Amino acid sequence: MHEFLFGIYPYIALTVLILGSIARYERDPFTWKTSSSQLLRRKQLVIGSTLFHVGVLIIFFGHLVGLLTPIQVFDALGIGHGFKQVLAVVAGGIAGIMALVGGLMLFHRRWTDPRIRKTSSFADIAILALLLIQLVLGLGTIFISLQHLDGHEMTTFMAWALGIFTFDGQAASYISEAALIFKIHLFLGLTIFLLFPFTRLVHMLSVPLRYITRPGYQIVRSRRKEGSK
Amino acid sequence: MSHLLDRLNFFQSKELDKFSNGHGQTTRENRDWEDTYRNRWRHDKIVRSTHGVNCTGSCSWKIYVKSGIVTWETQQTDYPRTRPDLPNHEPRGCARGASYSWYLYSANRVKNPLVRGKLMRAWRKMRKTMSPVAAWKALQEDPVLRASYVQTRGKGGFVRATWDESTEIIAAANAYTTKTYGPDRVFGFSPIPAMSMVSYAAGSRYLSLLGGVCMSFYDWYCDLPPASPMTWGEQTDVPESADWYNAGFLLLWGSNVPQTRTPDAHFYTEARYRGTKSAVICPDYSEAAKFGDIWLAPKQGTDSALAMAMGHVILREFHIDRQAEYFEEYTRKYSDFPMLVKLDEKDGKLVPGRFLRADDLHGKLGEKNNPEWKTVAWDEKSGGLVSPNGTVGYRWGEDGEWNLEERAKGKDTDLKMSFILDEDHDDIMGVDFPYFGGEASENFVKCEHPDVLTKNLPVKRIKSGKKEILVATVFDLFCANYGLDRGLGGDWVASKYSQDIPYTPAWAEKITGVSADKIETVAREFALNAEKTKGKSMVILGAGLNHWYHMDMNYRGIINMLVMCGCVGQSGGGWSHYVGQEKLRPQTGWQPLAFALDWSRPPRHMNSTSAWYAHTDQWRYEQISASEILSPTAPEGDWDISLIDYNIRAERMGWLPSAPQLKTNPLDVANAAKKAGKEIPAYVAEQLKSGDLQMSCEDPDAPENWPRNLFVWRSNLLGSSGKGHEYFLKHLLGTQHGVLGKDLGEEGGVMPKEAKWHEDAPKGKLDLLVTIDFRMSTTCVYSDIVLPTASWYEKNDLNTSDMHPFIHPLQAAVDPAYESRSDWDIFKTIAKKFSEVAPEILGTETDIVALPILHDTPAEIAQDQVLDWKKGECDLIPGKTAPNYIAVERDYPNLYKKFTAIGPLLDKLGNGGKGITWNTEPEVQHLRDLNGVVLDEGISKGMPVLETAIDACEMILMLAPETNGEVAVKAWEELSKATGREHAHLALPKEDEKIRFRDLAAQPRKIISSPTWSGIESESVCYNAGYTNVHELIPWRTLTGRQQLYQDHLWMRAFGEGFCAYRPPVDMKTINSEINTDEGKPHVVLNFITPHQKWGIHSTYSDNLLMLTLNRGGPVVWLSEVDAKTAGLVDNDWVEVYNANGALTARAVVSQRMKEGTIFMYHAQEKIVNTPGSERTGNRGGIHNSVTRATLKPTHMIGGYAQQSYGFNYYGTVGSNRDEFVIVRKMTKVDWLDTPATNVEAAE
Repeated sequence: MHEFLFGIYPYIALTVLILGSIARYERDPFTWKTSSSQLLRRKQLVIGSTLFHVGVLIIFFGHLVGLLTPIQVFDALGIGHGFKQVLAVVAGGIAGIMALVGGLMLFHRRWTDPRIRKTSSFADIAILALLLIQLVLGLGTIFISLQHLDGHEMTTFMAWALGIFTFDGQAASYISEAALIFKIHLFLGLTIFLLFPFTRLVHMLSVPLRYITRPGYQIVRSRRKEGSK
Repeated sequence: MSHLLDRLNFFQSKELDKFSNGHGQTTRENRDWEDTYRNRWRHDKIVRSTHGVNCTGSCSWKIYVKSGIVTWETQQTDYPRTRPDLPNHEPRGCARGASYSWYLYSANRVKNPLVRGKLMRAWRKMRKTMSPVAAWKALQEDPVLRASYVQTRGKGGFVRATWDESTEIIAAANAYTTKTYGPDRVFGFSPIPAMSMVSYAAGSRYLSLLGGVCMSFYDWYCDLPPASPMTWGEQTDVPESADWYNAGFLLLWGSNVPQTRTPDAHFYTEARYRGTKSAVICPDYSEAAKFGDIWLAPKQGTDSALAMAMGHVILREFHIDRQAEYFEEYTRKYSDFPMLVKLDEKDGKLVPGRFLRADDLHGKLGEKNNPEWKTVAWDEKSGGLVSPNGTVGYRWGEDGEWNLEERAKGKDTDLKMSFILDEDHDDIMGVDFPYFGGEASENFVKCEHPDVLTKNLPVKRIKSGKKEILVATVFDLFCANYGLDRGLGGDWVASKYSQDIPYTPAWAEKITGVSADKIETVAREFALNAEKTKGKSMVILGAGLNHWYHMDMNYRGIINMLVMCGCVGQSGGGWSHYVGQEKLRPQTGWQPLAFALDWSRPPRHMNSTSAWYAHTDQWRYEQISASEILSPTAPEGDWDISLIDYNIRAERMGWLPSAPQLKTNPLDVANAAKKAGKEIPAYVAEQLKSGDLQMSCEDPDAPENWPRNLFVWRSNLLGSSGKGHEYFLKHLLGTQHGVLGKDLGEEGGVMPKEAKWHEDAPKGKLDLLVTIDFRMSTTCVYSDIVLPTASWYEKNDLNTSDMHPFIHPLQAAVDPAYESRSDWDIFKTIAKKFSEVAPEILGTETDIVALPILHDTPAEIAQDQVLDWKKGECDLIPGKTAPNYIAVERDYPNLYKKFTAIGPLLDKLGNGGKGITWNTEPEVQHLRDLNGVVLDEGISKGMPVLETAIDACEMILMLAPETNGEVAVKAWEELSKATGREHAHLALPKEDEKIRFRDLAAQPRKIISSPTWSGIESESVCYNAGYTNVHELIPWRTLTGRQQLYQDHLWMRAFGEGFCAYRPPVDMKTINSEINTDEGKPHVVLNFITPHQKWGIHSTYSDNLLMLTLNRGGPVVWLSEVDAKTAGLVDNDWVEVYNANGALTARAVVSQRMKEGTIFMYHAQEKIVNTPGSERTGNRGGIHNSVTRATLKPTHMIGGYAQQSYGFNYYGTVGSNRDEFVIVRKMTKVDWLDTPATNVEAAE
């Protein structure tokens, strides 16, 4: 069971994430959007959404860097495991609370405003709820982490994550000793990956970063053939 | 190819070029996504259609179809062009029409035939063992079964049915009713044929073949202004909206053009750009008010006071102190001003009497033909009396003198308008005029003066044999009536505007609240413009003024102004009364189709106001007595009877139609006559005189006289036009109702003398109510059977309007959705079923149709005296002193065959309208060639086919002069015989033109000038009413042949309306202490006004989500800030509005727009949308008509008297509703009455 959940399930989730996203982008490009409800009600959105997104982005990149950077890199840089863990707990804790507060505001808004409620799909509400649960779980792990500040447990997760991406058949066994709450957190995280292509989360892949650097504000999309000037 | 791969081009620069200093860039990106948006607006086809919705818009629309689904609509822009100096008609359309496609696939759509569940259960049980007719009979004869479905009307419980089963019930009910009570117990109500002519004709053709009753609508809607037939002998004829552009002065009087004439409003804007001056008169700050150079806001309902004061100014400044040459010439030729009126003695004083007629004179001026119908004037050329050409006496029985040439007996004349000069009159005498302004109900202002005003007049004494007759000209009487001092001394005439004497501006200021100087200014400018432009002053007025009990006074006051200023019949001038889409341009082509005149004549027509007044028992609650409205100058007579009694007399004397007609089944009467071996008219006359036969009108509550079956199609009778809504529910339908008042019996009021009183009023007179609609309207909800009809994008039909001169089609862009069928196909289905079901009890029968004395027929000069045969004042002569009784053969088993073929009478009797008839054999032959002939054996073999709606359209187009040039020329030539003048030049240039249905599909077509109408279609002038009267010298179809400003009928004089007078709104007495239990609690009593709304057309669109979103999403009433404060209300509060008639619930819109003392409820907001329960009645709140009740006016019943003769939708009683007051209070608890059904209820 453990082997399935943390050895095989990650591949299922990531496969669905990738293939599902591609399929949706190809088949249904007009559903590829944030589905913002700003038109219906601005209240609670500005502050809620900002808190949520800033928090989540910090957490996301924290996890990305923290989990996927080989441990040797940290060692080479002389960053101690304990220090890294404390950094993760502090930064993650603050960002987690920001995201949780923002997320709750968004959830409250989505649940109670009759117009937004009516226009919300099941997926809209469910994914927000899952994210909130995931946030609570993530924050919950802090209490366990605080009990042993040596950073050892964290390195097992890093090993697992790297193991998954390096097709290490033993990956699951690295975290067999982890606390239950970590396991639930990991499982839910993988599930969110699984659900990703079927929800509004896909908007993550289309952050219009190009706008920041795009010089012109008037765009003419050419019909000119390739190569011709 | 792949969206993703296309994006994976990180190594290729997207940028091709820069421009605008680098602010713009040209990029290389995939553009396939654009196709999505292109496809969004791509469609398979565009089909021309319109919205048949009685808005007068008649706008041609493009209907877009994609994959068999209507997706959206846009305005057509291909109307034929106008002249270089005139703006085009486009754009035509409005937000309401643009939202129509929403309806097609909405939840509101009726998708299947629906039958009331309890009726269906009983029917199926009976049908197991019985034939259809026997089953219906058994059902009707079982009072418990009948009550089981009758009493649940309006409470849901429909079940789906098949077309076969639902039409079988209908056919069986019609057959049973015909056999048991008579075909005239089958009623059909459908309005405004012009909006979808074939749909109307489908039902009326079925009813006419059956012998059923087609009910009128224009009068019932109170859009018919009786002042128009009185003055012009014409139902309504008005300028097209393009003619506004030609006006020099536009007076908008109670018409809210931008809101209710939306597609035409651009002409108003354009006229303003052209420099036309405009005054707007309306009590509220309406959307139109902002267009005015000046806005006058009179107290609502006092328009006639305002018009009289303006008339006073015009007469003073343009006719008396100075005689404007154009005005004088115009009124001499085209009005009754020069005609002489006898002065009768009453109690030692003089009152205006009848017109002097040739018959009154010794030797009758040599007139042998109709001398009693030839009025007389004084001719200056010959220095004596003459009977001028053109009076109604010349119209019938002789040819060639019925014209407006200034001639008499072949000699030129110069008629004298006034005897004011000393050498012209023999005496100055006092003549009595009634004054009604000394009283006022509720919050109206009174201006006290005696009720009889004696004014001095120049009179002439005429010797006739031994008699001496005192006469005065209409003009002299007219000026006296307006209270103008002409130096003759005496009281009640004013030389200054500031005197408080009836009809001066100062007097009017008191009544209307409009300052005297504004009245003077507007009147002066109106007349001055007319003088300078030869009549280009126009009044645009809406039905608002016409919905008061004394609407004739409002209208005649305005008409007087127009005639005094020579505006009628002049392009850019005249009377623009825009109400319903009443102009059925190809009328004479349509009538044979609609009333089956190709098979049998005459059809049964009924004036709805009188019918509903009687059959919904509103007469049992009547609070107005004749004495309240009678003139103090009334001649001696038996005037003190109830309003229903007046109606009974009118029916008896052949003035108004009846439905049902006789208490005995006419089929039985015909059989009895046959048995007795007598001619039918003679037999009926004899039986009526002996009392063995009775007219139904004398006892409307007797079960034999109830309407039994009612078809409602193209109408929302119960959700829109049904004045006295709650009385409909209580008595006609017999279901839950909100009537709060007591009837005369319970109240101990004054009982009618002629109508029989039943102690217990019947509840549930109708056996079967069938509604045909595309949406689940309020009427559908109350029906027993609902049939789903094709919508306006799903059927083929024709559409015309009075607002523009084009005829254009409705077309089936898509097939009827769900199980719906077109109206034509529905009635065809019913006809077929009837022919299958009826032979069980009906064969070829003889029916007797009671025909009132009709306008535009030789009979219209039947009764120059008012004589009642029942009182022994004359003999009963059918068609002369009573209705005509005409035998009509009904071949019931062949009804379907008749329905689907063009019958033989067009070949035999020809076709025609408005008093002329022409041979139409060539057109019937053309139809044979075009539609094909019936090949099946039977009575219709060899006749032109009439299977499809397009066949029916072709029949209309082929037979009508307006769409077939050859017929137009024939028609004008026929008219030439009567007038002795050549008219065919008006149509000759278009003689070869024949408009077909497919021509209309290609582009809207201009119609061809025809004598049916008083304007012409021409490249040089816009359509304007009265144009041919003025320019072709065709007489108006009145007693005097001229625009008649004096009405001399006995009843007109008795009710004080010989001349126009100010008559305050009547007291409906619907608020008494019993009703108003809110004394002490915050509430306010307001005058209840029901104008047309912005977000709907009548009730259509008022349940359309797109339109509901634009307003408050449900019923609203408007009231002023002051009144809201009194009642403790703020904007958007739920209020209850009620009086003795019932209660309604709505949200309050508190607005500065509103005048104090009034409440607006936009007419016809469906009660099926967001209407909570009423605290007062305990039922769901009603519609606007829940607080109204129809009241009859005796002068509208007059008949057999030239222009005051009955015509379908032309003359008759009208359903006024604006004199009503209501109590308005805030609702303490809003109860939606939406608890779930109990198990028992659900099980049923």
